[in-house]
Amino acid sequence: MRGFPKKEKALGMYRKMYEIRMYEESIYYLFLEGIMPGTIHQSTGQEACAVGMLYDLRSDDWMASTHRPAGHDIAKGISTRAMMCEMFGAKEGCCGGIGGAMHTGDISVGAIPANAIVGGNLPIAAGIGLAYKMQGRDNVCVCFFGDGATNEGSYHETMNVAGLWKLPVIYVCENNRYSANTSIHLTTFAENPAADRAAIYGIPSEVVDGNDVLAVNKAAERAIARARAGKGPTILELKTYRHGGHSRNDACGYRPDGEEDFWINRNDPVKRFRKVLIEHGFSEEELAALEAEVEAEIEDAVEYAKNAALPDNEDALKNVFWED
Amino acid sequence: MAIMSIADAYKAAIREEMRRDPSVYVLGEDEDIPGGMGGAFTVTNGIGEEFGSNIAVPTADGSALEFKGMDDFGKIRCINTPISEIMISGVCVGSAMAGMKPVADLQYGDFLFCMMDQLVNQAAKMCYMSNGQVHVPMVMRAPCGATNRGAQHAQSLESYFMHVPGLKVICPSTAYDAKGMMIQAIRDPNPVLVFEHKLLYGGKRKEAGQLSAMGEVPDGEYTVPFGKAAIRREGKDITIVANMLMWYKAVQAAEELEKDGISVEIIDPRSLVPFDYDTVLESIKKTGKLMIVHEDHYNCGWGAQLASYVAEHAITDLDAPVVRLAATDTPTPFSPGLEKFVIPSAKTITEAATRLAAL
Repeated sequence: MRGFPKKEKALGMYRKMYEIRMYEESIYYLFLEGIMPGTIHQSTGQEACAVGMLYDLRSDDWMASTHRPAGHDIAKGISTRAMMCEMFGAKEGCCGGIGGAMHTGDISVGAIPANAIVGGNLPIAAGIGLAYKMQGRDNVCVCFFGDGATNEGSYHETMNVAGLWKLPVIYVCENNRYSANTSIHLTTFAENPAADRAAIYGIPSEVVDGNDVLAVNKAAERAIARARAGKGPTILELKTYRHGGHSRNDACGYRPDGEEDFWINRNDPVKRFRKVLIEHGFSEEELAALEAEVEAEIEDAVEYAKNAALPDNEDALKNVFWED
Repeated sequence: MAIMSIADAYKAAIREEMRRDPSVYVLGEDEDIPGGMGGAFTVTNGIGEEFGSNIAVPTADGSALEFKGMDDFGKIRCINTPISEIMISGVCVGSAMAGMKPVADLQYGDFLFCMMDQLVNQAAKMCYMSNGQVHVPMVMRAPCGATNRGAQHAQSLESYFMHVPGLKVICPSTAYDAKGMMIQAIRDPNPVLVFEHKLLYGGKRKEAGQLSAMGEVPDGEYTVPFGKAAIRREGKDITIVANMLMWYKAVQAAEELEKDGISVEIIDPRSLVPFDYDTVLESIKKTGKLMIVHEDHYNCGWGAQLASYVAEHAITDLDAPVVRLAATDTPTPFSPGLEKFVIPSAKTITEAATRLAAL
């Protein structure tokens, strides 16, 4: 394959994808066991989107995620231990146990608090891009959203100025075909709801196989270069699929078997990339060793988080306002 | 020291802060279009000229428009935006998190409802949800008050936002406070909503029923801290707590009441979050009687919060029930006589105070 990444990067990307997969799977089982509080919106199946987009980003380039943030956050560099602690509401969580599953973030790695209002992060990312421009910085901001968000007013208000003002933001639609339980064909006429609406705002767009991490990474590279060069935003629409339901109790009774078979059994992004790596000469042993290492890391994160200290009651009263 | 209108006092504050701090910028619809007004009420008129703006100007021969500063954000700090409240507010949140200090002009406070998600779910919660990793220093300027424009350009909506932890809510009403509190708001590291009464601006745009709020404004920088009420008039029989236009009406009433031997103390809270309860409690120790007047609606208006606070903490200092005057629980009618009818006036304040004094 032309432009196949160097060995270190290829393995690094696979490691991140596998880390996300193992993290999400362990969360799933912790919920089944009934020992984890709250709800979950899992990104299993969308690992290539997160890793392909974020692998080359600098830590001072900010990323704005959604209610389904774990993949993005881990790809951006938050440790699985800090993420897992947050899931348990523990003090050592990335947001001190105050944020929770839908608001994970760590500004030191450039992950702003994830946003659980669909479309809520879109104008915020535009503001971040505007700040970069006003400050004369060459940073870019990557903003994820789902196909559902493209029907929000915030999408159109934001894209209108992102294009007009040439903001250094990459808007990434993870089109997983469902707005919670509702098929994309019940929500919009557009086949590619983000990309098809880009031209009217003067924003270039690409539709990409979101389960092919290398294709995503190439598209990301082009968009990042454009934004850094001051040429403005790009809308990337990544076609992908949630392996699980929208949230904790969703058994996906609304999805056809054939569709699930196509996406989950025949187009799993982790398995696809693993196959590509083997084809490019990586050994089975090498990958198995890496996988074992990741599994041990996740197991450690779970054990640590289960026993981690909880916040004090007074912590609930802090940070309502920022004190200089 | 200069005598100036509230509109000019706000302008002075914004201009001086923009000179002092390159991270301060203004944005809004019609923010400063050459040949336009400068917001809806002239406050930002001229800011674009000094700090650069995205503008369209007619060519010399008048045949077309020439566009300048379209996306030149390293150089311009006065941004004329589309009519796009979700975007304006979201851009404020994001740019504030990333180190800028946006000051947005809403034209009419009623449009705050078009951006509620960004204000309530985003701006107000970012610092908290992130466990103090990020903060959102932004100022939303919201002109308010009924001015013969009908129900959707009339509301005094400050009480809505007092219910949201994480937002500060202020309502300056003198030229001195306008400048000092605007500077304080711009320097505050949190989201601040500034309610500016349309009948107090005294700008070039004339309004029926406007009051002269011209006043002395010091040159240079000074701040008026939030959470400290101003005693606008001293008295010993009744305490009236009233904000914005309503304390001016209360002063007119007090002058009438004085003739009947009723001495009224008038407190202007100036900031609603944080609220200076202590000044009110001190005053009622002396007067034993409390009246609250606001142009916001009666039901759950900020007077309800103040009355319940007083009931919890100082009911034994009261010699009579608390009296609340507020806009009726109706939308605001257009017909000017009806508009006057639904809002407290010097006359209704005088009448209610006379009854309260007799208790």
